[in-house]
Amino acid sequence: MAFLEVKDLQVYFPIKGGILNRTVEYTRAVDGVSFELEQGKTYGLVGESGSGKSTTGRAIIGLEDITSGQVLFEGKDITDKKAKNKNFRKDVQMIFQDPYSSLNPRKRVLDIVAEPLRNYEKLSKQEERKRVQELLDIVNVSPDSIFKYPHEFSGGQRQRIGVARAIALKPKLIIADEPVSALDVSVQAQVLNFLQEIQKELNLTYLFISHDLGVVKHMCDNISIMYKGRYVEQGSTKDIFENPQHIYTKRLIAAIPDIDPRNREKQFEFRKEVTKEYRESFNNYFDSNGLAFGLQSISDTHKVALPEKG
Amino acid sequence: MWKFIVRRLLVTFPQIVFLSVLVFVMAQFMPGDALTGLIDPNISPEALEIQRERLGLNNPWYVQYVDWLGGLVQGDLGQSFRFKMDVTALISERVMNTILLSLVSLIFTYLIAIPLGIISGRYNDSPLDSAITGYSYLGFATPIFIFALVVLWVFGFMLGWFPTSGSVAPGLDAGSMEYYISKLYHALLPGLSIALISVVSTIQYLRSEIVDTKQKDFIITARAKGASENRVYNKHIFRNSLLPIAAFFGWEITSLISGTVFVERVFSYPGMGLLFLESVTGRDFSVVTALVLLFGIASILGALLSDIILSIVDPRIRIK
Amino acid sequence: MSNELLKIKNLSTSFRIGDEYYAAVDDVTLTLNKNEVLGIVGESGSGKSALAFSVMRLHTKAKIEGEVLLNNQDIVTMPKSKLDKIRGDEMAMIFQDPLTALNPLTPIGGQIEETLFLHNRKLGQQGRKKRAVELLDLVGIPNAERVFEQFPHELSGGMRQRVIIAIAIANDPKLLIADEPTTALDVTIQAQILDLIRELKEKIHAGIILITHDLGVVAEMADRVAVMYAGQIVEIASVEKLFENPLHPYTRSLLNSVPVEGQDTLHVIQGVVPSLKNLPREGCRFAARIPWVDASAHEENPTMHEVESGHFVRCTCHEHFYIPDQNEEKGEQSNGIS
Ligand SMILES: Nc1ncnc2c1ncn2[C@@H]1O[C@H](COP(=O)(O)OP(=O)(O)O)[C@@H](O)[C@H]1O
Ligand SMILES: Nc1ncnc2c1ncn2[C@@H]1O[C@H](COP(=O)(O)OP(=O)(O)O)[C@@H](O)[C@H]1O
Ligand code: SF4
Ligand SMILES: [Mg+2]
Ligand SMILES: [Mg+2]
Repeated sequence: MAFLEVKDLQVYFPIKGGILNRTVEYTRAVDGVSFELEQGKTYGLVGESGSGKSTTGRAIIGLEDITSGQVLFEGKDITDKKAKNKNFRKDVQMIFQDPYSSLNPRKRVLDIVAEPLRNYEKLSKQEERKRVQELLDIVNVSPDSIFKYPHEFSGGQRQRIGVARAIALKPKLIIADEPVSALDVSVQAQVLNFLQEIQKELNLTYLFISHDLGVVKHMCDNISIMYKGRYVEQGSTKDIFENPQHIYTKRLIAAIPDIDPRNREKQFEFRKEVTKEYRESFNNYFDSNGLAFGLQSISDTHKVALPEKG
Repeated sequence: MWKFIVRRLLVTFPQIVFLSVLVFVMAQFMPGDALTGLIDPNISPEALEIQRERLGLNNPWYVQYVDWLGGLVQGDLGQSFRFKMDVTALISERVMNTILLSLVSLIFTYLIAIPLGIISGRYNDSPLDSAITGYSYLGFATPIFIFALVVLWVFGFMLGWFPTSGSVAPGLDAGSMEYYISKLYHALLPGLSIALISVVSTIQYLRSEIVDTKQKDFIITARAKGASENRVYNKHIFRNSLLPIAAFFGWEITSLISGTVFVERVFSYPGMGLLFLESVTGRDFSVVTALVLLFGIASILGALLSDIILSIVDPRIRIK
Repeated sequence: MSNELLKIKNLSTSFRIGDEYYAAVDDVTLTLNKNEVLGIVGESGSGKSALAFSVMRLHTKAKIEGEVLLNNQDIVTMPKSKLDKIRGDEMAMIFQDPLTALNPLTPIGGQIEETLFLHNRKLGQQGRKKRAVELLDLVGIPNAERVFEQFPHELSGGMRQRVIIAIAIANDPKLLIADEPTTALDVTIQAQILDLIRELKEKIHAGIILITHDLGVVAEMADRVAVMYAGQIVEIASVEKLFENPLHPYTRSLLNSVPVEGQDTLHVIQGVVPSLKNLPREGCRFAARIPWVDASAHEENPTMHEVESGHFVRCTCHEHFYIPDQNEEKGEQSNGIS
């Protein structure tokens, strides 16, 4: 039994139109995505903006209505609304991209971090405060700051306060939606290191959403590449970076700027080649609607979206 | 754009239905009813009852509503008990006066508000801006009839430049050139009074739009292109700030309406507003109801008009 | 000498907070040669945009001291009418956020034509339109004729950035300033825009100041790099030198915090960029963020030193501590250095 299993997930958003403002079409934000997560590992979800990464994360945690498909957490179907799985909601938490808007500016740090505790655990004021201070200690924010407001902290600190809130209920899975995209490299390093530390301590599983392949490469054990609501490739970090198969994956990798100025010319040439290949072989990798095909296994760990043979 | 306009029109219809229900309910809740003010208090209760029955005043509310609505559609707004004439006939004469007055004050409003708003916004926090903003606070705080009284006293009585009451000089042939000029002449002073107050919100709205637009990134782009400061203001800031003013137009109409009510009173200007006040005091409820309905429809149409204007001028709506 | 396009001398740009002025750009001296790409890197808040805006004289409320000489004409003191002639013609700018940098109510064509109209009156209406379409073509916009008629909201972020570039290069500027031109874009679009800038550079022979916080972008694009921290330039060198032999502790920290192959823990710079009001003005602005540097290394008021030809670094601290390479970095961190 997989820790988290997502089966053929679809999330469609209606597009309203016409005189009567009725649904005329759907945005297929997530269009048939399947994957499995193993406990204690980090899974990267990469793609350009609008590819459906956030919607996937939000659908898993129940913030978005699922059009069809299943999400099984420790074997239990959590898309079944009737089953009201309270444990699941404790066990899965989310960290958001923007540390400036994801914390309520009118609430004190104490109230922000204690919010999930108040929903799920009955604690006395003393106990609650103690727990919040412990949590702040874990995320390296001074426990004395419980009465401060978010604006009194830097971006990195805010993001860590967001993390403190996310880990308050000792979750098993954290969905991190671009947790460092809004931060400077130096601060980004701080948050990434810290996410790795608490992962070891708490045996956390991450679904790590990002558009930055460099960061994903550093953080993740497995990576899925998403394009227009579908997966184009899925594999171990090694599979993806050393043996990318899909032309879209290659293009993403080629687009990462090389940090060594001596490789400049080589990098340009490489990018030019990949762009050329992308243009020329587009039809071999995408269907007539410009969407990815279904995933085909090419090794135990590695799957690529290719047209079915035959 | 067409879809937007049609959809917007479709929304207007239920609005008007809702308004009619509201007005009808309001009429039902008015103290007494159409008969109360009309009839000799010494009449016997039985006779009164007969009268009520005859006028349909004892029917269930929905029957009365349907009757009333049916009448409306045919242009029958009921009878004025005070003037003993059809409300429709009574009102139509006044409506034209009020429309004229509104137009005049609308023109005054924009004539005054746009330059002042532009100055205030462009040179924000300068002494000139402070003066204009100071006037705005005065305007916000002062009831309109006090303004109207001051204007009337200064320009009408002290300086004697304008007539102080009525909508047209007596003895002129309706339809003659002199007649129309006199009508316009009579509308100027009350129109100005309304404008002096209604400019206030437009000035402030325009000012804040300009102050806001000034800080937009595309203004920096314009400067970086080498546009002179005057060009930046004329071609980019003002144009973009005047657009929301179009959206403000509907609100303007609503404020004009409330303006006419008091100003017509002060200037004894025979329009809908004056009639409204007289009818309220005279408990001429069918007239009150009809006027409230008309005022309501005017505001709804005003809002409709501004949305349509906006959809024509704003490419973000136009191109959809 | 004749190769020098822009010379910034002792430039300070101060903003008023309360009753006092605080320098966001503090005594910056830089030169840019013709045909050269100068990268400026630093964390957000270090004063990069404030510097770029000062060169274009786009600040409306700042106090500016020093000189900005573009082909020997001082931008800081020239009359406004002269400035208007130069902006958009001899010097132009590309902005960070393509979603807000275009006027939402004017068609794309009109926005390009405006800059043509302002600097080239000889071009008639027909000429302007023809040139605008050419420019759209040049920056790689498909269907240029159609896009000419469209409004900004009808285009994607990447396309809008191309339009902004088209506006900037419309009059073949000699100096092009790009303030984080790809920060708001996806990596694939970023790569395309960078390619475009590089291509255009060959065509229009402009000197380019490329501002970014992304060291990868600098590594790919710049000929020389200036590292900015707290309003000052702390190191300046050719791109190869800077990446090979970074000397200022801030430069090294920045480079080390980028994830690279085979690194478990990333290097962290302590603390954050102080806010403008709280910038230390005495001594070294960076001292608080490297507590591991021995006090004896600190210079009283660190100044720029030329270490080798063309490689300048603020302070002499690099002489006092040993700079470990990537592999040793880990050991260094466990000594409490990170
Ligand atoms: N609440 C929503 N209503 C309608 N469309 C949405 C909504 N949320 C996302 N979308 C659309 O779904 C697609 C995927 O969006 P998202 O999951 O946010 O992408 P990503 O996180 O990869 O940038 C986009 O086209 C977006 O416009
Ligand atoms: N108009 C302004 N008024 C006051 N402070 C400003 C203004 N513009 C920038 N600053 C401050 O100056 C410093 C440098 O800002 P900026 O040049 O935008 O940095 P960067 O572009 O490197 O991120 C920051 O502390 C910022 O808050
Ligand atoms: S050693 Fe020099 S550069 Fe480093 S912190 Fe001290 S004074 Fe600043
Ligand atoms: Mg997202
Ligand atoms: Mg900036």
